[in-house]
Amino acid sequence: MTAFPSISLTAQSFEPGALLTTFCAGRDETGAVASFVGLARAEHGQAVALELEAYPGFTDVAIADFAEAAKARFGLHDYRIVHRIGRIAPGEAIVFVATAAGHRRAAFEACDFLMDWLKSRAPFWKKEHGADGDRWIEPTAQDRTDAERWD
Amino acid sequence: MARVLLFGRLADQAGWRERSVEAGSVAALRQVLSADDASLGEALAGPGVQVAIDKAIVRGDAPLAAATEVAFLPPMSGG
Repeated sequence: MTAFPSISLTAQSFEPGALLTTFCAGRDETGAVASFVGLARAEHGQAVALELEAYPGFTDVAIADFAEAAKARFGLHDYRIVHRIGRIAPGEAIVFVATAAGHRRAAFEACDFLMDWLKSRAPFWKKEHGADGDRWIEPTAQDRTDAERWD
Repeated sequence: MARVLLFGRLADQAGWRERSVEAGSVAALRQVLSADDASLGEALAGPGVQVAIDKAIVRGDAPLAAATEVAFLPPMSGG
């Protein structure tokens, strides 16, 4: 679905552990790999499912532009981003981010930075299917504040 | 014919996600869509709605060549 091997948008559920194992394999100069997995919350029964819409060829390019800037900023060796699209049930993984660097600080910070950006500025449209009906969601004030920490 | 794409709440409101429309500019395209569905026309001009031509954001009016892809993007939610 994307021309960027480090970035995947997928309508299929994925197994984060397998992604991390693959990402860690064959490295002999990377001292640190940090990873983050975001899961869909049930919101105490209020959320039946999330639905994420992307614009293929636009969303992945925007993520790649940003991720390549992060790679340069933090001196990453590599990164991997997998993001679900379509309908996602509570408990399923929505996003996987892994970063590889020489030392842990850069790996942690780049992972945090990528997630803040993905949560607030990545071009997705998100709908919550709830017990009381459906609603479109926009970034929270907290998401925006988290992203502004890095500006 | 321009290939018109709607995303997020705009697609829900319109009841369609993709349609081919004959229009020589973004402004002309807005007129055609408004004539067909006035409330959609208003929504497309609403706050925070961006327009992308062939996957690049444009501001204001712009000419449309044949087989151009025009996307109307409501405010993005993040992932």
